[in-house]
Amino acid sequence: MTAVADSTVKTKSRSKSSRPGTIALLLNNTLAATGLALLVLVCLIALAAPILPLPDPDVTAPAQRLLPPLSPDHLLGTDHLGRDLLSRLVWGTRVSLAVGLSATFIAAFFGSLIGLVAGYAGGRVDNVLMRGIDMVMAFPYILLALAIVAVLGPGLLNALYAIALVNIPFFARNIRGVALGLARREFVDAARLSGKTPIQILFTEILPNVMPVIVVTMSTTVGWMILETAGLSFLGLGAQPPQADLGSMLGEGRKILFTAPHVSIVPGLMIFVLVMSINLFGDGIRDVLDPRLRAGSLTRPVARTAVTRDPGKPVPAPGAEDRLLDIRGMKTEFQIGSSIYKAVGGVDLHLKEGECLGVVGESGSGKSVTAMSVMGMVPTPPGRIVEGAAYLDGEDLFAASDQRIRDLRGGSVAYVFQDPLSTLHPLFSIGHQLVEAIQAHQSLTKSQAQERAVELLSLVRIPNPKDRLSAYPHELSGGMRQRVCIAMALANQTKVIIADEPTTALDVTVQSQILSLLNRLRRERNAAILFITHDFGVVSALCDRVAVMYAGRIVETGTTEEVLNSPQHPYTAKLIECVPVLGEPDRRLDAIEGRPPLVNNLPDGCAFADRCPRVQAACRTADIDLVMSTPERGVRCLFPLKEDTKI
Amino acid sequence: MSLVRSNETPVGSASSLLAMKQVERHFGGEPRLFGGRAPTVHAVQGVTLDVKRGETLGIVGESGCGKSTLARMIVGLDQPTDGAIYFDGQDLSALVRQDRRALARKVQYIFQDPVSSLNPRKTIGRILESPLKHLTDLDASGRQARLRELLEAVNLAPEFLERYPHEFSGGQAQRIGIARALAAGPELLVLDEPVSALDVSVQAQVLNLLDDLKQRYGLTYVFISHDLSVVEAVSDRIAVMYFGRTAELGPAEGVFSAPLHPYTALLMKSVPVPGRRDLTSEDAYAELPDPLNPPPGCAFAARCTYATAQCTSVKPELSQDIGVDRDHSAACFHPLSRTI
Amino acid sequence: MLPEFVFDASEGAALSAYILKRLLTAIPVLFGLTIIVFLIMAMIPGDPATAILGSYATPENVAKLNQDLGLDKTLVEQYFIWVGNLLQGDLGRSYTLNRPVLDEVLERFSATLILAGTALLLCSVLGLIAGIISAVRQYGWADKMITLLVLVGISTPSFWLGLLMILFFAVKVRLFPASGMYAIYGGGDLPDLLHHLAMPAFTLSVVATGVIARLTRTAMLEVLRQDYIRTARAKGLSERKVIYKHAFKAALVSVVPVIGIQAGFVIGGAVYIETVFQWPGIGSMLVTAISTRDLLLVQGGVLIVAASYVLFNLMADVVQSLLDPRLR
Ligand SMILES: Nc1ncnc2c1ncn2[C@@H]1O[C@H](COP(=O)(O)OP(=O)(O)OP(=O)(O)O)[C@@H](O)[C@H]1O
Ligand code: SF4
Ligand code: SF4
Ligand SMILES: [Mg+2]
Repeated sequence: MTAVADSTVKTKSRSKSSRPGTIALLLNNTLAATGLALLVLVCLIALAAPILPLPDPDVTAPAQRLLPPLSPDHLLGTDHLGRDLLSRLVWGTRVSLAVGLSATFIAAFFGSLIGLVAGYAGGRVDNVLMRGIDMVMAFPYILLALAIVAVLGPGLLNALYAIALVNIPFFARNIRGVALGLARREFVDAARLSGKTPIQILFTEILPNVMPVIVVTMSTTVGWMILETAGLSFLGLGAQPPQADLGSMLGEGRKILFTAPHVSIVPGLMIFVLVMSINLFGDGIRDVLDPRLRAGSLTRPVARTAVTRDPGKPVPAPGAEDRLLDIRGMKTEFQIGSSIYKAVGGVDLHLKEGECLGVVGESGSGKSVTAMSVMGMVPTPPGRIVEGAAYLDGEDLFAASDQRIRDLRGGSVAYVFQDPLSTLHPLFSIGHQLVEAIQAHQSLTKSQAQERAVELLSLVRIPNPKDRLSAYPHELSGGMRQRVCIAMALANQTKVIIADEPTTALDVTVQSQILSLLNRLRRERNAAILFITHDFGVVSALCDRVAVMYAGRIVETGTTEEVLNSPQHPYTAKLIECVPVLGEPDRRLDAIEGRPPLVNNLPDGCAFADRCPRVQAACRTADIDLVMSTPERGVRCLFPLKEDTKI
Repeated sequence: MSLVRSNETPVGSASSLLAMKQVERHFGGEPRLFGGRAPTVHAVQGVTLDVKRGETLGIVGESGCGKSTLARMIVGLDQPTDGAIYFDGQDLSALVRQDRRALARKVQYIFQDPVSSLNPRKTIGRILESPLKHLTDLDASGRQARLRELLEAVNLAPEFLERYPHEFSGGQAQRIGIARALAAGPELLVLDEPVSALDVSVQAQVLNLLDDLKQRYGLTYVFISHDLSVVEAVSDRIAVMYFGRTAELGPAEGVFSAPLHPYTALLMKSVPVPGRRDLTSEDAYAELPDPLNPPPGCAFAARCTYATAQCTSVKPELSQDIGVDRDHSAACFHPLSRTI
Repeated sequence: MLPEFVFDASEGAALSAYILKRLLTAIPVLFGLTIIVFLIMAMIPGDPATAILGSYATPENVAKLNQDLGLDKTLVEQYFIWVGNLLQGDLGRSYTLNRPVLDEVLERFSATLILAGTALLLCSVLGLIAGIISAVRQYGWADKMITLLVLVGISTPSFWLGLLMILFFAVKVRLFPASGMYAIYGGGDLPDLLHHLAMPAFTLSVVATGVIARLTRTAMLEVLRQDYIRTARAKGLSERKVIYKHAFKAALVSVVPVIGIQAGFVIGGAVYIETVFQWPGIGSMLVTAISTRDLLLVQGGVLIVAASYVLFNLMADVVQSLLDPRLR
């Protein structure tokens, strides 16, 4: 450990000031801004009611009954008692707003409190509170409000209580869900170990994290609450004459619907405008406060990665004949906001028949993106392939038709992913999923395909394969699931298996079973494997050759023995040095200081320069090529280590 | 050291800081609405271990073997269903009930997921100040001085105090977690997979830092990991856990160079080592037993090549008489000999 | 209605066990419902007999009712007597209608069931279709249209929309009748019913359609990002299969309970719609009963609607467990 304090913080924080804040984001959203403007306008008018030059809303003038809109002195006309509609509208809006907002605050306060306590306390408290809430929720919402009004008697305040009360469960449930999740988070345990009391934890650790959810829930319920109180008044159970809110105006107008429709249309329109503006604004708030929406990650990825190769640049030609898979100068980027992440910045890899190539690198070095790019599996948006080519038996995959790619996926080229639980569909039996994979590429009947599925399961050594067909993924252990994934990858005439950290999520003993399974299968079937991992031990166990990735590029490649025994790139050497090895407990761990550069902000020249012990000025000037000493051995470094020196 | 349970008198030899006696932890088993009971999972069963002052005890095992449950019991976040844990001779459950803060001053915890162990809505300064506020009697200026000292100890720049957790990488976040654990000057640190979530190059930085801190503050570590090579690199003694029980316990060199328990041997063989090409045989049936329906005998019997009838019917107890020295014990009827 | 892929027939046994278990758990809920309804009624301020009978009641009636209700007994005893009567189908007599509450409630409830059932069907089908289109064509023209329509839909007060519909389709265009369930003269057959049903059912379904469409869209988008969708694509399945089989089934699991909850909103919303369209259902009955303080009628109405809602949710649960083996 050096004495120099680590003072680098992700560039993200540096650009913090340039990242738009919550308010700015909200205003950027046209719809939300429109909603907010409307809402503010309505609120201002309602607030200003006493000082506006309006006639008294409750003064009747029988002589002026049912004047149509745009009459002199009565812009919106009058109702059946001759009262000025505009004035009644403004005052009614005031009442509706006040009632809706108070109901929301009451419901939010009590509901959130119940939810917080239930979620944090858990166990019996949670059980009792939630059973009670369930009971209340077993009533249809409006019905319960009606029953409460029936008991309390009609009246605006009673309607307010009823609406607030029936919304408490809604808040309680939402907040409880979030609080429950938070209460299990490690920072809560940490706070406990910092000596905080449960009450302190609830209000200083959990509440701040729940606040956005409360705000979102409030913004989505205010609209309803206004609608529902208006509804009760409409039915004559809320505001009682002469007091009027929008709902009761509408209710009164209904009686003269056919003779004077404007009396009911006008207040209805006002309710609509009010609720619509609240909902627009509420959606805006939700979009801003919900981190998933904020990142724009709810965008639907399309079936295949976009390829935007510059037509002016020649596509690199395939290499030697015997290369089954040949990736040439491939670049894949992600566009997020205004920054471009060059996740893969020009990668060359190739695989011969029956060969196993390991790709090693730290997290974020672009291993997965490289693997996914080959068959266009990188999500677009935000990803796109911008340069290079991938040839399968000489065929340019990036130029192939969608139909052709579909035929190859799961056919000649199959994937095995990291987490076998999330990669299998939880709602289909594994038999169904296998049969589907088979039938996608071979015209077999269902029973033939099923037979084939049984064969595949026994091939990957799953006991009782016939019975297992009807099992669901959650019924299998992690190792079994990964075997199923491998069986699926072998369903058709597979030439290349792309395995992205297939054993990282597994225990060591299971990992070694899966590795030997893969090894046997590739020998039996002569399939090539592109094996992605971060573990040199795994590479040694399985791979013939290895490529080391750093910041989106291959920095060194060669046979497994060469790279492990005499690494030439300083990064490779350091990476091997810094991992503890079983059986060598006393070896000093040689940590690599600092961290890899971010791929949206790559330095000129060597990406490893900031961490490299051998760095010189020349390293930082220009792009460094991967220099191949033999067709299989290459290093991307100006001052590589000699064959026999170790750093 | 005797296996006899004693709840009244402080136990453990003078040098042992932490002593666990037949600790059990069950989950589930509540009575159900319509009769019967919910299924019970025996997460930790009959674990007896002790940790000497100043040493590092490594605990290894695969996922679900009860490592984290054990760790949470040591720091008082969870209580044993049965058995007892003594810290410095005091019963830990009683201590938690009387004064949780007294325990928190002595024993601290480091979490697996560094980022999720920091409240996303608090600055690092406030996160680190909280143990100082609640566990020490430092005044405001004393706390500020201590904060700077802590950051310096874990090699972070002082300006980080104003920042929020999302601005940090995993390695930095873990160092903040370490600083928080050290804030109140504990004697024992329980580290639950402290480097598993980190990248290999960062992992080494944190391991080296932990080593430095241990020397500097004279700490005692309980270091939990599924990674045998990491545990081997940091531990003085090692406990291998399987299915909620201690399978083998002994000095680090002994356990890994001459394992007594067949499970330890299997683990050793399964770990991929750079430069080693041999793969273990793939036996598809080698899976953990069902935790809801544990086997009556040795939990490893289904996977064990040495299993006999005795193994499937009787549970082997951890025994000291089978190793070469009495520090090295294993729970197995047919322990491997030194020559393997 | 459910496509073939939804579940395997071979899982019958596990499933019926689950359904049975779920039915059993509905019992305590129903039991709780009766307690709440009973307590609400017990909370009515003042003399219950007068409250129930209204202020016009004769002293003899009050005395008789007091005895009938066993008001000299403890609350718990009263409750069990009440539940006992309930189980025998005795919900008391409505004083305004002078007929057994049960008869009136059942008659009214069947009308509501027709209205709410149609609306529920309508909103499920329309909502799912709109949600899927919206998700598949994300940010496209159709998505924007649907999103806007949904927003308008959930912001419109249904009772106002009903009035507008009457003004337009009944008064101006004269396409549909303004009110009632059957024509007064010569009606009574199915086409007549449908003719009367169209407007109220549509109006009632608008909000729920919006909610379901929104949720379906979010659920689809969420599911389409999952790893197993990537797997489906990696297998070389067609986009059609990926979206309409793999993604839709998973999205349905989170949409179905919402449809169950929407059933509550639809049944509740029927109160307004029945009032606006003078549909002879339980909602309009409740409103009248509340304003005339015919509390036994209110009690009966609330009970039957709440019980039917519990059953709706039960059905939603069962459908969800058909879809998702992890829930069984
Ligand atoms: N869907 C995506 N959207 C935006 N950026 C992405 C996406 N997928 C990957 N990236 C970015 O691409 C870069 C390379 O990521 P990649 O997943 O290939 O790394 P990796 O080497 O596989 O890491 P790991 O070991 O963690 O799996 C990272 O900077 C990552 O942030
Ligand atoms: S090019 Fe220079 S900085 Fe980069 S790895 Fe080689 S010596 Fe180090
Ligand atoms: S007790 Fe028997 S089954 Fe268990 S590990 Fe020892 S030899 Fe194997
Ligand atoms: Mg990856």
